Amino acid sequence: MNEVVMQHMTDLPSTHLLGTGTPMCSGCGGLEALHEIYDVLGKNTVFVNAAGCMTLLSVYPFTPFRGSWLYTAMASAPAGAQGVRDALDILLEQKCIKKEEDLEVVVLTGDGSAYGMGLSATSGAIERGLDFIYICYDNEGYGNTGQQFSAATPHAAKTATSRGSSGFAGYKKDLFSIWAAHKPSYVATVIGSEPLDLARKIEKAKQMKGPRLIIALAPCPPGWDFNPRDTVDIGKLAVKTGVWPLKEYIDGKVIHNIPHHRVPVEDYLQKQGRFVHLFTPKRNEEMLNEMQARVDAYWDAVSE
Amino acid sequence: MTRKLLTGNGAAAWGARLANVDYVPAFPITPQTEIIETIAAWSDAGEIPARMVTLESEHSMITAAGAAAATGVRVFTATSSQGLLYGMEMVYTVAGWRVPLVMVNVSRGVAAPLTLESDHNDIMAARDSGFLQIHCSTCQEVLDSVLIAYRLAEDKNVRLPVIVNLDGFYLSYTREPVEIPEPEAIRKFLPAFDTKNSKFRASTPTSQAVAVLGGSPYSYFRYETHLAAMQAIDVYGDIAKTFSQQFGRNYPAIEAYRCEDAEIVYVMIGSFSTKAREAVDQLRQTGTAVGLVRPRLLRPFPTKELQKVTAGKQGIAVIDQNISMGKGGVLHTEVASALYGKSNAPKILTSFIGGLGGRDISAEEFYEMVKVTKQAINDGVTPEPRLLYTRDEYREMQKLQAIAHVEREELETTQ
Repeated sequence: MNEVVMQHMTDLPSTHLLGTGTPMCSGCGGLEALHEIYDVLGKNTVFVNAAGCMTLLSVYPFTPFRGSWLYTAMASAPAGAQGVRDALDILLEQKCIKKEEDLEVVVLTGDGSAYGMGLSATSGAIERGLDFIYICYDNEGYGNTGQQFSAATPHAAKTATSRGSSGFAGYKKDLFSIWAAHKPSYVATVIGSEPLDLARKIEKAKQMKGPRLIIALAPCPPGWDFNPRDTVDIGKLAVKTGVWPLKEYIDGKVIHNIPHHRVPVEDYLQKQGRFVHLFTPKRNEEMLNEMQARVDAYWDAVSE
Repeated sequence: MTRKLLTGNGAAAWGARLANVDYVPAFPITPQTEIIETIAAWSDAGEIPARMVTLESEHSMITAAGAAAATGVRVFTATSSQGLLYGMEMVYTVAGWRVPLVMVNVSRGVAAPLTLESDHNDIMAARDSGFLQIHCSTCQEVLDSVLIAYRLAEDKNVRLPVIVNLDGFYLSYTREPVEIPEPEAIRKFLPAFDTKNSKFRASTPTSQAVAVLGGSPYSYFRYETHLAAMQAIDVYGDIAKTFSQQFGRNYPAIEAYRCEDAEIVYVMIGSFSTKAREAVDQLRQTGTAVGLVRPRLLRPFPTKELQKVTAGKQGIAVIDQNISMGKGGVLHTEVASALYGKSNAPKILTSFIGGLGGRDISAEEFYEMVKVTKQAINDGVTPEPRLLYTRDEYREMQKLQAIAHVEREELETTQ
């Protein structure tokens, strides 16, 4: 399969690799993305995981993965990937294993690890030119512990540790740019609700060597406070409003999928309980304008 | 066989070289750095096939070491002090993975206050991790212990990582003549690493280090690791015997020096035990029946061997180069728990803490320990633990404090 083949939804893999019955929450946007990613990557993979929601995918004696899995710790999944990759390379070099036994090494972490505790290990792995894929499912908070704010939490969102009337005072960290500043082979943002875009990017990453890093925005029903059935709609709105830019870094350039008709940011916000204080009991016009203005400024800068 | 003048660090690097290691994840820290510099130089010159990678922290270094061992290659790494503590989460974690790698720790005191010099608080912090521990007192022992450690770690009844410990400065930077065994002899003693079912391969997908739910499976795996460590005592004994037959150097789990007819024995680990050995010889000349007991294995703890070697003695003086705040010496506690209630155990168990942060333990202090222990035997009462510190040291310390006060006052008056 290559990029040319994936032009329509019907070109996407029709067999699904990841097993069902996992302990993820219903409507998990991270699991949605992982399903789609895994279908493209295939079973000849070893997922190296950091502490987060998805650590619970493989709980003794079950695993939904057809391939391999290694849990490390919250801070050092990229270093675990380094050890596995180097060991496989050594074994290939020594002709102890055949080429067919080789695996794609895939780091799988949440935003808590990717944006914070694991950033130093990621920086090290990129700078060493490690041949690996990094998947961050970004649900914009420490989801596994009950959605406390993280470095990925957006401005004004209510979390378990920002319950005040203005929500989270900080701003979402620009991990895409931080990663891209290392000049890796590839960086991309994806979302499960845009499966064709996601599959193309994963397929592209799969064909490359070196550090390839993917951030998947992961709408989180319990963390963002919405009905699990709305995961896809909210994901689509994240893209349509321009809140979640779909973009790639490749060959030193950032390329955007520019939304043709951006809809107002509040269409995205008002579907989520974490932003309800911006609408009731009184509409917070100032804050809503500020948030719209920030998204507008982003896209103005892109089109310049 | 060749003989070379090697530092303790050089001997550790030679151990890794002779073990024909595949992979060396590294991170520099004093006083360990010479080990990875030596291996890097060999690797750059193409003298060894090992692949080396410098990680961005010890936490990552130990993660990479464990992950590579879990994939099926022979791994060597090294650290010290703050580095060991920074990587401590992964020290516990990779031990739980049951991966047979060897890590050399060059002991150095831990902050605060910050110091570069040696004591054993760093290695004691790893005591309960699941890593086995071999403690060395000479450079020869460092090289030999690395080889023994691989065979121990990779034994099918053990499958646990091993730390080989040597003291910073006193061993790490001291040159001693070291016999370097021939690679062919090593190959006979230490066959190639058999990864068994611990590996990641396309044809045999594996999940390693997964989570468990509930205390029952958790307890099962924790007990299993403990029992594997316990099995390592006998396995170690067999390996040491084979090593002795093949290379003529004997490394029992506990080294007993002039203990047979001793009334009082010192118990201590590491390079300072060579000072205790000298004190034993001196005291013997004055007619005092003293011996030295030096555990080489700290994990697993050789309880039975300790009971045997101390049986019937009148008193034991334990010297700890570590301090557990609010309790005292860790080795003292270990010895007490191994001997308490045993019918032939010495009645008196005295405790001395010294040699922290590179502080020397003088011959006079060793003599004093025997004097105190003798007195305790006569009185039938074990005294409180002693923190070794001399009047002269205290006077020097007061001088430093006086300077600090003057500096502070001057700063305050000029503001």
